[in-house]
Amino acid sequence: MRVSVITFPGSNCDRDAQRAFSERGHTSNLVWHKDRDLQNPDLVVLPGGFSYGDYLRCGSLARFSPIVNEVVAFAESGGLVLGICNGFQILTECDLLPGSLLMNSGLTFICQHQYIRVESANTPFTSNIPAGRVLDIPIAHKEGNFFIDPERLKSLQDNDQIIFRYCDRDGAATSEANPNGSLDNIAGICNIQRNVLGMMPHPERASTEGVVSRDGREIFAAIENHFDSSR
Amino acid sequence: MLQAKIFIRLKPNVLDPQGKAVSNSLHQLGYVKVVETRVSKYIEISFDDDNEQAVEEQVQKICADLLANPNTENFTYTIEKMGTV
Repeated sequence: MRVSVITFPGSNCDRDAQRAFSERGHTSNLVWHKDRDLQNPDLVVLPGGFSYGDYLRCGSLARFSPIVNEVVAFAESGGLVLGICNGFQILTECDLLPGSLLMNSGLTFICQHQYIRVESANTPFTSNIPAGRVLDIPIAHKEGNFFIDPERLKSLQDNDQIIFRYCDRDGAATSEANPNGSLDNIAGICNIQRNVLGMMPHPERASTEGVVSRDGREIFAAIENHFDSSR
Repeated sequence: MLQAKIFIRLKPNVLDPQGKAVSNSLHQLGYVKVVETRVSKYIEISFDDDNEQAVEEQVQKICADLLANPNTENFTYTIEKMGTV
């Protein structure tokens, strides 16, 4: 698989994401935000970090980077795009995903292990992961409080676009298990075409040797499974 | 020269945890009559242009395209003449 990880000014999880894929044997390239060539990827990753210093609103200025036009065209032609944390924020600001990520209800930056429940195996990013599976994937953000108006929330629910929910160890998506105030405990959503996924948790921080949880590997394995079966 | 004074406010149905924290602090300071606080953004943009209509058209677009997130925010603005420097 060919993976292109975009580096924006202020990205700080780009190398972790690149490494997570290269360690699994994929061709994993960093692509500078001023470039206009995505390098023919099978998957584009918008990594975590603080693109443009989070000025104005998180992710709002990244869409003016030249490479983002290419990412939007790639996504609109059916290419796989994974946005992690700040990457999720950028995807909502580019209108590739609906909704917004607001400031956490507790007003603080949260960096912790977090259980999330896989809600749907029906995406390239979760194929073969049974719905209801609980993963331990770290979160690290101050603006992860997912918000959307009631009509569009219903549309996300009706169209099986909520892919991850915050939950407790046993998989219960309770308000106590919701770290940031996200509506409906939403931790990750996909677009209606299901080729673009945004998630606040960091699977790339739960994949390499020596870290506490390696549950992020299940997501990378699911992408590989999708890729192998679609070839 | 004209200057646009732009307010970006969270929509009324969007929770404002920052405003809530400020309210709590004001209560602790003894301002017990404070009922609600909403934190907004205020932005000034100066234009090298005296045509109010042209500037207003641009400000409207600038707010809709970039400064406000239509999912969560409303915007209002005034346009004023700047004093000569």
